[in-house]
Amino acid sequence: MCLGIPGQIVEIIDAEKKLGKADVSGVKRVINLACIVDEDNPIQSTIGQWVLIHVGFAMSKIDEQEASRTLQLLNELGEAQREILEMELKQQ
Amino acid sequence: MKYVDEFRQPEKAEALFKAIDNLAAPLSDKLARAVHIMEFCGGHTHAIFRFGLEQRLSKSVELIHGPGCPVCVLPMGRVDDCVALAERPEVIFTTFGDAMRVPGSQKSLLQAKADGADIRMVYSPLDALNLAKKNPDREVIFFALGFETTMPSTALTVLQAAEGNISNFSLFCNHITTVPILESLLDSPTFNIDGFVVPGHVSMVVGEKPFATIAERYKKPMVITGFEPLDILQSLHMLLVQLQSGKPCLENQYARVVQKAGNIPGLMAMQKVFELREKFDWRGLGEIDKSGVKITEEYAAFDAERKFAVPNLKVDDPHECQCGEVLKGEIKPWQCKVFGAPCTPQNPLGALMVSSEGACAAYYSFGNTKELLDKRQEARPSK
Ligand code: SF4
Repeated sequence: MCLGIPGQIVEIIDAEKKLGKADVSGVKRVINLACIVDEDNPIQSTIGQWVLIHVGFAMSKIDEQEASRTLQLLNELGEAQREILEMELKQQ
Repeated sequence: MKYVDEFRQPEKAEALFKAIDNLAAPLSDKLARAVHIMEFCGGHTHAIFRFGLEQRLSKSVELIHGPGCPVCVLPMGRVDDCVALAERPEVIFTTFGDAMRVPGSQKSLLQAKADGADIRMVYSPLDALNLAKKNPDREVIFFALGFETTMPSTALTVLQAAEGNISNFSLFCNHITTVPILESLLDSPTFNIDGFVVPGHVSMVVGEKPFATIAERYKKPMVITGFEPLDILQSLHMLLVQLQSGKPCLENQYARVVQKAGNIPGLMAMQKVFELREKFDWRGLGEIDKSGVKITEEYAAFDAERKFAVPNLKVDDPHECQCGEVLKGEIKPWQCKVFGAPCTPQNPLGALMVSSEGACAAYYSFGNTKELLDKRQEARPSK
């Protein structure tokens, strides 16, 4: 029930009702944008934005930088792990 | 798919499994038992089973599946209320699909539908509102269920209904809140969990603060976590690092989606439409103070509980059900007396067998049931 799916906003349909269209894996669907627009983030600025969609609402913008930071950490962990493994192998 | 595939890479998972093992082994030696990590959210439980993470974790870590599946903790009496509402001739009762098969004391919504009630599955509360607009001579009720994740969507739907003067739309509000239930678990003297995988999408709405407060108060490591396999593994690793350092705090693994302050427009809508109930009943866990919300006076016209008489009777679960013990992590699903027979996903006795997010259904569908039942048999004291 708490899951969501990433999609990219491609079009604003009704600025007043805060409705837009998102592309979710090639399928376009109408979604409500009320949770991601405010005075500082006008509705037009959301075009092209990746969002997390839950029960027909864009619930959060997905932060590209944070996503790559997380992946970076994962990479580093993988590297470190490989080094540990090599060390262990050498000791044997 | 972007933001999905890159968090599923198997070679990265491999490295994480090893790193988790390295960290967990000495911790578990010190504790003289496995490190207990609870994932609270049913979405995490589902992902853990779907990607087979549990089987591949080292024996030094044990995952305890928490009570965060809203369908699973819905009391039987509330299901009866749904059926009573749905069986009114003027009503179109709308719900998410997950809730259809939850057993009530007489029948589930699915059985009520088969008996002729007008029950329709919708994807979004907005679909229910549209049905109300299209059917002005009927009463459309949306069964609002779920933790904070789904609250902004239902609150915004009520606000739209109010704005459009849609008087034949109402909510049967059964929303529940995360923090009180977490606290009630943590306050229980038998509860021994060492760290928490914190629900990512609840946090997306409420922000970091409520969980940071708990982490500090109870001195427990907590990590806000996304729903892909690498998210979950990375957060287990973060929890273990915290345990090792002895400095528990709240960290946010899911920063690509969860902002520190949460979702402000969503929280504002929730504040307008909902207020805390004195207490709310949880299946298997009993009544918990301030753990549910109801509709505020201002939007009373959209409250199905006020609009229609709802019986609201308390009904006890069948006595052989051990759902409560499973929800609290006291026993594993397969240790329940009726797991696998007669309780199965086709014929669920308890709600944990219903939803794909329920721990019992997950073990039943993804585990080796025969092996588990043999294990249960062995664990029984011989007579
Ligand atoms: S097996 Fe059935 S009755 Fe037992 S805890 Fe699971 S859902 Fe409840």
